[in-house]
Amino acid sequence: MIEKMSRRRLIGSLGAGASGLLLAGCDRVGRSPAFQGLQASAEDWTLGAQRLITDRTALAREFTPEQMSPTFRTNGNVMPASAAYQAHVGSKFADWRLVVDGQVARPLALSLDQIRRMPARSQITRHDCVEGWSAIGKWTGVPLKLLLDGAGVKPSARYIVFHCADDFRGTPYYESIDLVDAYHPQSILAWGMNDAMLPIGHGAPLRLRVERQLGYKQAKYVMRVEAVDSLAGMGAGKGGYWEDVAGYQWYAGI
Amino acid sequence: MTALTADETPIPAEAEPAELKGGDSVYRHRWSTRLWHWFNALTVFVLLMSGLMIFNAHPRLYWGEYGANADTPWLVIGSTPTTGFLRIGAVQIPTTGVLGRWKDGEGNVRTHAFPGWATIPSSYNLAGARSWHFLFAWLLVVPGLAYWLWSFFNRHIQRDLAPKKGELAPRHIWHDVKEHARLRFPKGPAARNYNILQKISYLGVLFFLLPLVVLTGLTMSPGMNAAWPWLLDLFGGRQSARSLHFIAAFMILGFIIVHLLMVLLAGPINEVRSMITGRYRLPEETEPLPETQP
Repeated sequence: MIEKMSRRRLIGSLGAGASGLLLAGCDRVGRSPAFQGLQASAEDWTLGAQRLITDRTALAREFTPEQMSPTFRTNGNVMPASAAYQAHVGSKFADWRLVVDGQVARPLALSLDQIRRMPARSQITRHDCVEGWSAIGKWTGVPLKLLLDGAGVKPSARYIVFHCADDFRGTPYYESIDLVDAYHPQSILAWGMNDAMLPIGHGAPLRLRVERQLGYKQAKYVMRVEAVDSLAGMGAGKGGYWEDVAGYQWYAGI
Repeated sequence: MTALTADETPIPAEAEPAELKGGDSVYRHRWSTRLWHWFNALTVFVLLMSGLMIFNAHPRLYWGEYGANADTPWLVIGSTPTTGFLRIGAVQIPTTGVLGRWKDGEGNVRTHAFPGWATIPSSYNLAGARSWHFLFAWLLVVPGLAYWLWSFFNRHIQRDLAPKKGELAPRHIWHDVKEHARLRFPKGPAARNYNILQKISYLGVLFFLLPLVVLTGLTMSPGMNAAWPWLLDLFGGRQSARSLHFIAAFMILGFIIVHLLMVLLAGPINEVRSMITGRYRLPEETEPLPETQP
């Protein structure tokens, strides 16, 4: 009996040890630069494969009002902490300006009223958080293409960067997309949500909607749109806040 | 034609004795099957374990197009201040120590859904798990498609996996079920070919579970939704696809558990060797006589 128990315990601890070693091995492999390089290659294969089979202007599905989520939860930052943003909230964004600059011929500074008077697009689309949940809501805003054409994006530009008013422990939020997505017909800077003004929790006064990608690409509290030729000089160089701090994939179409 | 044609693919029937009997060694698994088997043994486990970590980011499953915290899930893994639980519909199952509330290697209480020993990476890391999952998804799909095509080309599927005449008769299937339940497995020449339950299982994994898990995985991608919107219609929305992805993954895990059990019961050394070298020794029809033993 004693011998049996000890043998069972021995087998059990051997099993636990083996699985522990295997997992520790996986964790070590996952941290190695060579393996992370391979994972980055897989991200490139995914982007390449999706671009290969997807028309540039292929639309994300749009839904009917009956299909909308009864509750559209917020996440990430829901109230930017900066004094400048608080002042804008106090004045109902009257003195707020959206800056469009970088590699453009004519930098712009537009008031919220000016933006709201521009042609607008409304779309009922599904928002997919990287965590796995989805919510369907209606977004109304100016097509990004109109702003970029207004500013005259230079041929040297490769990416559009969105600088935001919110931060996590002092590190400002930002995101970036390539020109294929920037000029996509459903890429808008939304000032309205569910037939009302965009709430602060969802990114007032302006939130990017880039419908063929995940939630962390949908930058809230957009203050500045910058055309750049490279993402290298910005943040940690990976093209976005979550990409920089946690290694999330820059291409969030998957 | 190239040097290696389907007809030359080695299943050397002429190299085997005309009358097969227990104890004979037969060439059972082609190189393509052996290679894909061991490659997948690794790939599927990485996908399962990184998938559990991705699930931990939002341990709730829904049916339909949308689903988030305010909506009603059909499955939740959660925790109370003292317990962990799995809830499916109205049924709540206590899972303290395993799901929802468990201790990590250092003895710290964690309230993620799946425990560290079951996930890659072993501590909470959604971005890392996604990197693992999407790399190994390529390693599942590309060799998987190649194996599919090659196995049609070398007639593995038609010759070894497709049920033969009469095998799908309910009486035959029921007979095999009863034999399996009594742990009586085919011996001698009858063990040369897959039995009908094996054929159904292997075909089910190859042509139902693996395509289901890949297509539901693709349906969760917003980029793929724009490219192939029919995926959303096929599975009834992104959240339904996420649920089906999870169910298909657990059916694959169920297959692996039964598969390993069968290997153990059928003689693990002979079975594992056949998947390494290709050669399988047919089990003896009767117990060896006592005097043959040393």
